[in-house]
Amino acid sequence: MDLSDTPEEEEFRARLRAWLAAVLPGLPPKPPPDDWPARRAYDLGWQHRLHDAGYAGVHWDASPAIRLIFLEETEKAGAPYVGANFVGLLHAGPTIAAEGTAEQRARWLPPILRGEEVWCQGFSEPEAGSDLAALRTRARREGDTYVVTGSKLWTSHAEVADWCELLVRTDPEAPRHRGITWLALPMDTPGITVRPLRTLAGSAEFAEVFLDEVRVPVANRVGDENDGWRVTMVTLSFERGTAFAGEVVACRRVLTELAAAARGNGRWDDPALRRRLGRLGAEFRALWRLVQWNVSAAGTSGGVPGAGGSVFKLRYSHARQELYDAAADVLGDDCLDLDRPWTLDRLSSLSYTIAAGTSQIQHGIIAERILGLPKGR
Amino acid sequence: MRFGLTEDQRALRDATRRLLARHFGGQALRAALDGPARPDRALWRALGEAGFFSLRLPEARGGAGLGLPEAVLVFEEAGRALLPGPLVATHLAAGAVAGAATGEAVVTDVDGGLVEWLAAADVVRGDATGAVPLRSLDPLTPLHRVPSGRPAHERRDVRLTVLLTAAEQLGTAGRVCELAAQHARAREQFGRPVGAFQAVAHLCAGMLVRTETARAAVYAAAVTGDPVDVAAARLLADEAAVRGARDCLQVHGGMGFTWESEVHLHLKRAWVRTRRGGGVTESEEVVAADLLAGTA
Ligand SMILES: Cc1cc2nc3c(=O)[nH]c(=O)nc-3n(C[C@H](O)[C@H](O)[C@H](O)COP(=O)(O)OP(=O)(O)OC[C@H]3O[C@@H](n4cnc5c(N)ncnc54)[C@H](O)[C@@H]3O)c2cc1C
Repeated sequence: MDLSDTPEEEEFRARLRAWLAAVLPGLPPKPPPDDWPARRAYDLGWQHRLHDAGYAGVHWDASPAIRLIFLEETEKAGAPYVGANFVGLLHAGPTIAAEGTAEQRARWLPPILRGEEVWCQGFSEPEAGSDLAALRTRARREGDTYVVTGSKLWTSHAEVADWCELLVRTDPEAPRHRGITWLALPMDTPGITVRPLRTLAGSAEFAEVFLDEVRVPVANRVGDENDGWRVTMVTLSFERGTAFAGEVVACRRVLTELAAAARGNGRWDDPALRRRLGRLGAEFRALWRLVQWNVSAAGTSGGVPGAGGSVFKLRYSHARQELYDAAADVLGDDCLDLDRPWTLDRLSSLSYTIAAGTSQIQHGIIAERILGLPKGR
Repeated sequence: MRFGLTEDQRALRDATRRLLARHFGGQALRAALDGPARPDRALWRALGEAGFFSLRLPEARGGAGLGLPEAVLVFEEAGRALLPGPLVATHLAAGAVAGAATGEAVVTDVDGGLVEWLAAADVVRGDATGAVPLRSLDPLTPLHRVPSGRPAHERRDVRLTVLLTAAEQLGTAGRVCELAAQHARAREQFGRPVGAFQAVAHLCAGMLVRTETARAAVYAAAVTGDPVDVAAARLLADEAAVRGARDCLQVHGGMGFTWESEVHLHLKRAWVRTRRGGGVTESEEVVAADLLAGTA
C-alpha cells in the first residue's frame, strides 16, 4: 500500500502544476451557462490548449495513476471541466480507439484530441432507459448506407455536437442484445431534428433527437453489424470509472467553503450542523481513497474499471446530493435564492443518481456481479 | 501510487485468517460464549507467537519491524473472526508492558469511562480505581465503568486505538456482508432465493458499498497515520460495521433474532467498539475542525 507518487508521477504532477499556473490566468471568462455556442467554443478552446501542451490524450494512453493526477491537479487549480468534450474524450473516443479501424481512428480521434469536434451520445430512447437493450431506433441497410429512423432522448450537448455515437437496431429478429449496431452519425445529416429539453435547473442541458430516414455510410460503423452491444459496454465502464474522480476534489473544496460560510453566519456553533459537515468531510476523504484504490486495481489488472466503478458511482452520487442538502442548511433562507452559489448546484446534483445508470441499477450490478446474488427482475 | 496490498501483505492477511480459523473457529466461539469470561491464554500465546502483538516492534526488540498497514490487516481479521479480548490495548502495550508482546500478559486500558476485560487482565493502564462492573451488552466483552472518566483533552493520544478499532470494524463489516449474501443465496421463499428479491439484494449491495468505501479509508489512514484521516476512517468503519450488522440481521429474518445465530454477536461487538477512543462525536468534530483549518 503506497500512496506516494513514483518519480515519474511526481515529475508529471510538477510539470502539470507549473503549466496550469502559467496558463489559467490568461483564460477568457467563463460563458453564461445557457449560451451553448459560447460554451462549446470555450470547452473546445480549453481542449485545444491541453493538446498543444501535450495533455490531450491523458484519458486514453496515460496510466490510471497519471490520469488521476491530471484530474486532481486540474480541479485543484480551478481549470475548466471537460464540458462539451465529455462524450468525445470519455465515451466515443475510447470506443473508437479500442474498436475502430486504423482509418476510423485517423478520421475521428485527432479532432477530438485537438478540440475541434464535439460528440454526443445517442443511446437512451423514450422506451429504453435503464433497459438500454430495448432500444428501437431502426437502421435498414441499403447498399453501403444505413437508413435510420427513430428517436433518442436525454442526448446531452446534442445542439452543439458535430457527431453522435448512435446505437441502432439492425436486426429486429435477433435476441435483443445481438441486433444492435454502433454508428458515428454526423449531426448535420438531413433528417435530424434536435429539440432542446429544459432541465429542472432551468437550462437546456440535453435534447430530444428525432431521426427521419437519416442516411449514414456503412463506413461509419464501429465494430461488426449487430455487435454494437459489446462495443458499447466498453464505453459505459469508462463512464463509471474515473470520469467523476475530479469532482470528488471539487466537493472537498465546496465543503471547506461551506464550513467557512457557516462560521461566518454563526451556524458553525450548532454542533449538529458541525458534526454533519464533519461526516461529509470523512465521506469525501474516503471517496477519494476509493478512487485511488480502484485506479490502482485497474493499473494492475490492466483493464477498464469494472464493478468497482459501480461502488464508487453509487456512493459518490448520494454523497454529492447530501453535500448540497447540507449547503442548504448552512444557507438558511438563502437556499431558496437561485442567485446564491449552491442553489443551482443542489438542483443539478439531483441528476447524479439517475444519469449514467440509476442508483437502483448500480445496486443490481453490485448484487449480481460482486455478491453473486441471483438476477432479480 | 500503488494503493493495493503487496504480496507480503496478502500473505500476512491469509496467514492470520488461517491461524484464527484454527484457534478460534465456530466451536471455539460457542465455547467462549458458554464459558466464563476470560481470554483463552493458549490462544493469546499463539497470537503472541504469530507476532499479532509485536509486529510493529523493531526486529532488535523481538518484533517484525512492520507498520500500521500490516497491523490494520491483522486487526481486520480479528474483527472478522469476532476474536474476544483486549486486543488493541495489548497490541499498543507491546514493548512498554512486560509480556504484552509475546501474549503472556493480557493488558487492558481505561478508555474514557469504560474498561474492557478488567477482571481478567494482568495489567491495567490508566486509573481504574473505583471501577464497577456493568452487565455488558456484548456477551464476549466484559465491561467496567470507571468514575474518573477523564475529559477528552486530558486523555493520551487515542489515534492508534481509534485506527485499530476501525480495522476491527472493517473486519466485521466484510464478514456480515458475506454472511448476508450467503444467506440470501441459500434461503428460499416464494420458490426462489430471497436474494432474487431486489429489496434484499439492494440491502446486500449497500453493505458491500459501505464496506469497500470504509476499506479504502481505513487502509489509507494506516498509510498516512494522519489524525484526520484516522478520524474519518473510524466514521466510515463504524457505519459500515453497525449498519452492516443490522442489515445482515434483517436479511436473516427470524433466524437473525436468535441467540443461536452469530449475527447478533457482530452487532453487539460493533456497538462496543463505537464507544472507544472518544466515540463517534469526537471523530466528527476532528474532521469538522479540519475543514476550517486552512481558513483560520
Ligand atoms: C442529466 C442527464 C443527462 C443524460 N445524458 C444522456 C446522454 O447524453 N445520452 C444518453 O443516451 N442518455 C443520457 N441520459 C439518460 C440516462 O442514461 C437515463 O435517464 C437513465 O439510464 C435512466 O433511464 P430512464 O430515465 O428511462 O429511467 P427508467 O429506466 O425509466 O427508470 C425509472 C425508475 O425505475 C427504476 N428502475 C428501472 N429499471 C429498474 C430495475 N431493473 N430495477 C430496479 N429499478 C429499476 C430506475 O432506477 C428509476 O428509479 C441522461 C440523463 C440525465 C438525467
